[in-house]
Amino acid sequence: MTAAYDIIVAGAGPGGSWAAKAAAENGMSVLMLEKDREVGIPVRCAEGVSVQGLELAAGSVDARWIAATITGARFVAPNGTVIDAYPDDRGYILHRRIFDSDLAERAVQAGARLQTNAFVCGLLLEGGRVCGVRCRCGGRTLDLKARIVIGADGTESRVGRWAGLDTRLPPALMESCVQKTLTGIDVDPGRVEFHLGTMIAPGGYAWVFPKNAHTANVGLGITGEFAAARKPADYLDHFIETRFPGASVLAAVAGGVPVGPPLSRLTGDGIMLVGDAARQANPLTGGGIVNAMIAGRIAGETAARAVRKGRLTRHALSAYEKEWEKTEGRQCRFSYRIKQVVDAFSDEELNRTAELLAAVPPERRSAFQIFRAALVRHPKLILQAAKIFT
Amino acid sequence: MIDVLLEFCDFCGTCVGVCPTDAITLEQVQLHIDSELCAGCGDCVDICPVGALERQA
Ligand SMILES: Cc1cc2nc3c(=O)[nH]c(=O)nc-3n(C[C@H](O)[C@H](O)[C@H](O)COP(=O)(O)OP(=O)(O)OC[C@H]3O[C@@H](n4cnc5c(N)ncnc54)[C@H](O)[C@@H]3O)c2cc1C
Repeated sequence: MTAAYDIIVAGAGPGGSWAAKAAAENGMSVLMLEKDREVGIPVRCAEGVSVQGLELAAGSVDARWIAATITGARFVAPNGTVIDAYPDDRGYILHRRIFDSDLAERAVQAGARLQTNAFVCGLLLEGGRVCGVRCRCGGRTLDLKARIVIGADGTESRVGRWAGLDTRLPPALMESCVQKTLTGIDVDPGRVEFHLGTMIAPGGYAWVFPKNAHTANVGLGITGEFAAARKPADYLDHFIETRFPGASVLAAVAGGVPVGPPLSRLTGDGIMLVGDAARQANPLTGGGIVNAMIAGRIAGETAARAVRKGRLTRHALSAYEKEWEKTEGRQCRFSYRIKQVVDAFSDEELNRTAELLAAVPPERRSAFQIFRAALVRHPKLILQAAKIFT
Repeated sequence: MIDVLLEFCDFCGTCVGVCPTDAITLEQVQLHIDSELCAGCGDCVDICPVGALERQA
């Protein structure tokens, strides 16, 4: 493991695996380092993706990844008003254990090397540019040289900061999440649920993502300013006692989702960041799987081009930032604005909006119809909508 | 300045993402706060989803 690589990827989540795969497919020698014992475990995720998004990111979808296919979404307002919507795009609930492990396998199939139990504990720097990583692996500390390091080390990322990229998030821009995979319950396996309200999840929402008719990922996220006063774990216990009393728990996890505005710098000399490490999850939904994969692919391809040309500077690598901005980055910026508007809604306003929307027939509840109905009947929304679009 | 209650910690790394001074190291099921680097701001205590961090009295 002391040989030099073209590319070293830190972290074997969806972002890391897709970066490693793209780089290897473009002729690079690639080493991917994962701190955990096993890729894909633990699953700190509700496992929901849009079908279109997954197809775009993965190329094709393997049936083994899919637990459930989603055709409807239920929103529950603070006063219990229910809005059922049938979005144009369908969704999947994944088995991320299988999914993450499969993506890593594909990176290896493409020619990358994977090492688990390998903790990246620092960067090698030469005159300010990154030229490798320091790694603790099997009780030894190794210095591994690389032309480019790709930080795909998730929400807990430190790789960017070691390279001088400011990725720290203030607590108000991080969702503090907990989730339990419940079983022995009755759920509609074709429908996800979102529950809103300050009593349920202030500054966020609670979700019910079914894996099948009797098992679901049930969790919630609240932003840091609320998590200081009362922990998400308490909110979730309360939600589960009311909604699913007597359920059994298959798994319980905690985790953080970055929900700030997109970062403007994702690269430096010899360094690139992808996925949660680059704070690329959608700030409104918290969805980050597809974004991490898309960013990973672009970063891997850009890195390969840079190595072939022998140009490893931030300038050469910033082609990745530009392409990201043109595709998903712009969408994240837009979603961040919507989030700011939605966060400003009081429970009372959410209730009133939900009651108005309940009057729209379900078959007409596409996102656009809902939005139009809300604007017509709830003038205050027009002002807030204006803020989104300006 | 900050105590880690390991029996509650899920090793999820949410605290690492908000630490302003990069004082926290998470390696598998170990969480270590470097007391030389820690500024005692408590952002990690606030963000922790499960209440595994506490300000020292
Ligand atoms: C509770 C919860 C629910 C979520 N639900 C959804 C959802 O329904 N849909 C969705 O799209 N997204 C969801 N997300 C977000 C999604 O999980 C992430 O956006 C996604 O996993 C990001 O992929 P990634 O590859 O960037 O990072 P990760 O999947 O976090 O992978 C990072 C990897 O890097 C490793 N690593 C970290 N540090 C080091 C180091 N120093 N050395 C070596 N390895 C390291 C980690 O062990 C990990 O395996 C959810 C998140 C949470 C917390």
